Amino acid sequence: MKKLHLEMTVNGKPVDVLAEPRALLIHVLREDLGLTGPHIGCETSHCGACTIDLNGKSVKSCTMFAAQANGATITTIEGIAGPDGMHVLQSSFREHHGLQCGYCTPGMITRAYRLLQENPNPTEEEVRFGMAGNLCRCTGYQNIVKAILHAANEMQSKEAAE
Amino acid sequence: MIPAAFEYHRPQGLPEALHLLTEHGDGARALAGGHSLIPVMKLRMSAISHLVDLQDIADLRGITVGSTIRIGAMTTQAELINHAGLATAAPILREAALQIADPQVRNLGTVGGNVANGDPANDMPGLMQCLDATFTLAGPKGSREVRARDFYESAYVTARAEDELLVAISFAAPAGGYAYEKQKRKIGDYATAAAAVQLQASGGRVTQASIAMTNLSDTPVYSAAAGAALVRTACDQSAIKAAVAAMLGDINPVADNRGPVDFKRHVAGIILGRAITRAFSRT
Repeated sequence: MKKLHLEMTVNGKPVDVLAEPRALLIHVLREDLGLTGPHIGCETSHCGACTIDLNGKSVKSCTMFAAQANGATITTIEGIAGPDGMHVLQSSFREHHGLQCGYCTPGMITRAYRLLQENPNPTEEEVRFGMAGNLCRCTGYQNIVKAILHAANEMQSKEAAE
Repeated sequence: MIPAAFEYHRPQGLPEALHLLTEHGDGARALAGGHSLIPVMKLRMSAISHLVDLQDIADLRGITVGSTIRIGAMTTQAELINHAGLATAAPILREAALQIADPQVRNLGTVGGNVANGDPANDMPGLMQCLDATFTLAGPKGSREVRARDFYESAYVTARAEDELLVAISFAAPAGGYAYEKQKRKIGDYATAAAAVQLQASGGRVTQASIAMTNLSDTPVYSAAAGAALVRTACDQSAIKAAVAAMLGDINPVADNRGPVDFKRHVAGIILGRAITRAFSRT
C-alpha cells in the first residue's frame, strides 16, 4: 500500500513523516519520530498509557490512525516540561509518589495536563472522573490524585502571584 | 495489533464521501471516531480495503437547538456534553454521554458512530428510542429519514444500506423529567443494563412516559408497555412495579461475562426503578 505523506506539529516543531495508511499514531510517534514517552499498554483503548494531546484534547493514540492526525498539533509527554525543567505536574508526581513502576506515568501526566487546562481547580471527585481513562496497576491511585490536586494548587497560586 | 492494509480517503464533502462508498462497495467503510471500528480492524475481524474518514465533512457537524434538536452525526460525545444549549434543552443526552467510556474516548467517539454501528451495547441507540428520534441518511439516490424505533433490526444490522451515511439525528425537544441510569462493572464498560426515561406529570400524576432499555436484547428496546403502565399513576411503588414488569416482558438478555440471564433481568428492574424515580423527581 502506498505510503502517505503526513505533516504534523509535534511538541512545537513541524514534522514530516511517511506512513502506511494502517499505521497507528502511537507507532508513528514511537518508531518514526522516536517519541517513546507515550507507551503501549493494552493497545485496546482501555489503559490510557498512550495518551497524547491532539489539537488541545486528550486522546488515546493507539486507537487512531496516524493518517487521521495529518495536519494536527500534538503534544506528548516529551513536550510537557518547560525550558526551566520539569512541569509542576511532573515534580508533583515525584514528590507525592504518584508512580511506582512508572509505566502509566506519561499517559497520566499528559492527561492530567489537559484536565487542569479544562478545569484548573478540580475537586478530588472531578480529578478521579477526569482521569478515569488512565489505569495504574501499582499505586491504587491515591497518590496520583494527591499529586494532581497538589499541582493544581501550585499552578493556581503561581498564576495568582504573576 | 496492526490492521490489514487498506487505502485511506479523507473526502472534503458529503457527495465525495458517498461516491467513494459507492465506488468501492463492500470493501469500503466510513470512519467516524473509530473507537468501535479500529479495534475490530486491529483484530482483523473486518475486511476493509478502503477507509473513508469523515472528519473533514462540515455537513456532518453542528448542533442546532430549537423546538426540534438536530445533532450532526460527527458530533463527539465530548462536544455533546459541553454544549450548553443542549444541556438545557435535552439534559438526558448529557447525562447519558457522561456515562460512556472515558474522557479520551469521548473526545473522539461520535454520537453518529454510536447509533449507526448497531451495537446493542451502545448507549445512544436506547436513548434515541426514548426520545423517538429520527435519523437522516444520505445515499447515492438522495436522503431519507428513518425513525430510531424502526432502525435496528438485530445486532449490527440496521436499516442503513452500505452505500448510505448517517448525516444527522433529530428529535423534538423533550419536556418534563428525565434520567439515564446505567449499571456497569467499571468506568468505561458497556452497560449490564441501562434505562432511558422521559416523563411528564401534571398535578402529581404522570401524563406521558417514554422508556427504553440498553444492552438487554440484540437491539435497543423501546418499551411502550412500560411507559403506558406509568400514565395516570402517581408514580408510586406499585406503578413502578407494574412498569418494571411490563419492561421485563419486552427484553431478551443473553448470558455473557456481565452475568447470567436472571441477574440481568434483576439488574434491569432495579435500574429502571431508579431511573423512573429520578425522572419523576425532576418533573
